[in-house]
Amino acid sequence: MSNTNARFHVPTAPFRPGETPDFSNLDLQKAGDAPRPDPGIDAGETASLATGLVGVLDHNHQAVGEWDPKLKADLLREGLSHMVLTRIYDERMLKLQRQGKMSFYMKSTGEEAVAVAAAMALDKSDMVFPSYRQQGILFARGRNIVDMMCHCISNSRDNLKGRQLPVHYTWAEGNFFTISGNLGTQFPQAVGYAMACAYKGEDQVAASWIGDGTTAEGDFHSALTLASTYRAPVILNVVNNQWAISTYQGIAKGDAPTFAAKGLGYGLASLRVDGNDFLAVYAATRWARERATAGKGATLIELFTYRAAAHSTSDDPSKYRPKNEETAWPLGDPIERLKQHLIGIGEWDEDRHEKLEEEMTKLVVKSYKDAESYGTLHDGPLAPTESIFEDVTETPDWRLRRQRQELGI
Amino acid sequence: MNMIQALNSAMDILLTQNPDVVMFGEDSGYFGGVFNATDKLQAKHGAHRVFDTPINEAAIAAMAIGMAAKGLKPVAEIQFSDYIFPAFDQIVSEMSRIRYRSAGQFTSGCVLRSPWGGGIRGGQTHSMSPEAFFTHIPGVKVAIPSNPYDAKGMLIAAAEGNDPVIFFEPKRIYNGPFDGVPDAPLKSWAKHPKGEVPEGHYRVELGKAEVTREGSACTVVTYGTLVHVAEHAAEKSGIDAEIIDLKSLSPYDIDTIAASVNKTGRAIVAHEAPRTSGFGAELAAQIQEDCFYALEAPVLRLTGWDTPYPHAHEWAYFPIQSRFIRAMEAVTKAV
Ligand SMILES: Cc1ncc(C[n+]2csc(CCOP(=O)(O)OP(=O)(O)O)c2C)c(N)n1
Repeated sequence: MSNTNARFHVPTAPFRPGETPDFSNLDLQKAGDAPRPDPGIDAGETASLATGLVGVLDHNHQAVGEWDPKLKADLLREGLSHMVLTRIYDERMLKLQRQGKMSFYMKSTGEEAVAVAAAMALDKSDMVFPSYRQQGILFARGRNIVDMMCHCISNSRDNLKGRQLPVHYTWAEGNFFTISGNLGTQFPQAVGYAMACAYKGEDQVAASWIGDGTTAEGDFHSALTLASTYRAPVILNVVNNQWAISTYQGIAKGDAPTFAAKGLGYGLASLRVDGNDFLAVYAATRWARERATAGKGATLIELFTYRAAAHSTSDDPSKYRPKNEETAWPLGDPIERLKQHLIGIGEWDEDRHEKLEEEMTKLVVKSYKDAESYGTLHDGPLAPTESIFEDVTETPDWRLRRQRQELGI
Repeated sequence: MNMIQALNSAMDILLTQNPDVVMFGEDSGYFGGVFNATDKLQAKHGAHRVFDTPINEAAIAAMAIGMAAKGLKPVAEIQFSDYIFPAFDQIVSEMSRIRYRSAGQFTSGCVLRSPWGGGIRGGQTHSMSPEAFFTHIPGVKVAIPSNPYDAKGMLIAAAEGNDPVIFFEPKRIYNGPFDGVPDAPLKSWAKHPKGEVPEGHYRVELGKAEVTREGSACTVVTYGTLVHVAEHAAEKSGIDAEIIDLKSLSPYDIDTIAASVNKTGRAIVAHEAPRTSGFGAELAAQIQEDCFYALEAPVLRLTGWDTPYPHAHEWAYFPIQSRFIRAMEAVTKAV
């Protein structure tokens, strides 16, 4: 018998440049339809949540269903403000990169809720192990913007002494783990950290974020295995923004129903969540945190979203996907949706929003001026050159002492 | 004590003295490790302190990194050094760089112990000496003891330091020293001075080499199992070689090496690992740089061949005693 499909299958993105994106076939569970079980349930009982979609904000921007976290308006406005700031910061930094002020930048446009809502739902003492696209966490945790910019332009005030590429933030004080350029590595590290929290009998949890593309790395499997074996108090977030540079999510996902569904096979509670729905992300994170601190172990959360901007300043998405595909994205924009929700409940208006944007823009512009006063990558001042030999190990050994002399410092 | 007992004693002391110390690895918990190194430690200290892991070396290393970031002190085991490569990314890209890339805000002080080296009919995947892959990584220390006394003291020092340490254990000499004659009967540590191991806490600081045999004809710089082979070769041949047990490969003790080579004028660097880009290349280059005017012969590299580690022809691969004698003759005769 001959096999008519003798060749292997290579998934391809549904829409390519020049085509009109149409997501009407995407079968997404409606906001409010997913039930919210007790966080202590058996992992197996989350199966429908892993293939469904946890959503709170409906198409009229109203909060519906069991997952509504019923947050106070103040908190929602705070979330909105962090997301607006994140977006304005990203826009500004992109421009500055284009002007040659920094070597590289990565925006998180469209994914602000994934970072901000989760960070707000966590305790400030919970350790986060983010990828390079959750800068929103830093805003939600109140990091000084000048410090963030000083890192990105590697100047004398960069808390990483100019050692890392821009956007690879580290902020121990804010319980923000050091970002790595190597994809996925922090996922199982977060599990180890969470195990240590449990070992010490603390209520702290760990949370990590990786992209859809990165789930294909072995470290994804390592993290899920460890989390399951040791019932670690960890929240494992997969940010499915549909793209890994030019590679669409189907290449990493294969024929699995969803990324969240992969967690079920490991015996982990697993949820797929509308990543552009601030309330849903918040509620899911709270649920997972409750589960973790109750000793029931880890939760895998797939945040279903869309990477609206280019992968990085080195990327041109028009080469592999239709222009403006993000506007066809059925889950809309996280900022717009929360804004409309707040307006709908009479807690916000266009004027206030405009003012907020102006205020944030001013803050960002002023912060950059401040940041530049501590130096720039091209003109300095930078961290002292001899600092390249520090922190390799606790104390430099003879090899580094000699090499430093060789460099003449 | 033999080396396993010495290591076990070190771990017992570490667990007893510091509640932040945890140990884990494949078969390390209930069973006590495939070489018994963690024997009885789970029963004594509890399953949260000494436990079994899934068979996933990357996960073991990552878990150690995450735990260290929270202030625990993991002393983890990789069952064979041949199987450390799945953890390579976590070691190279993460463990070694966390202090540097976070400018000291986070550290990853932990120990990865791993049975290492050949001479046990282990074939390709139970005999490797992968140390040179790790000495090439800034930010991790590499240590290889050659006897029970050092094994205990060095393991304690490694675990009490604040840097990540790759700790390789020459499994050929777990139960007794090896003189480099393949068919010779097994010896025990009982008759070896370094088999005498104090019961209590002590440290053998990393970064320091030891001259284990003084001599004037040539210097042999080596580590692990080959320290004993070199010593026996010197006795057997009557060539008055000075033997240096390096103990620490990263950082290594250049002062002890240079003082010796400046005295003898001749040097052999020896290891089981393949020659090309092996750690011997680093040693030879540094000796050349630091001792150029004292050298009376080219620095000689005595190593495994540039092949995977063979099973049947193990003793044609391994730098056995007769090869040491030939190398000592060659380097002392060379003008
Ligand atoms: C181990 C590793 N392989 C490859 C890369 C190069 N790289 C950087 S980002 C990226 C895409 C990641 O996509 P995804 O995980 O979906 O996250 P996203 O960028 O969409 O947030 C790749 C391949 C890398 N940084 N690390």
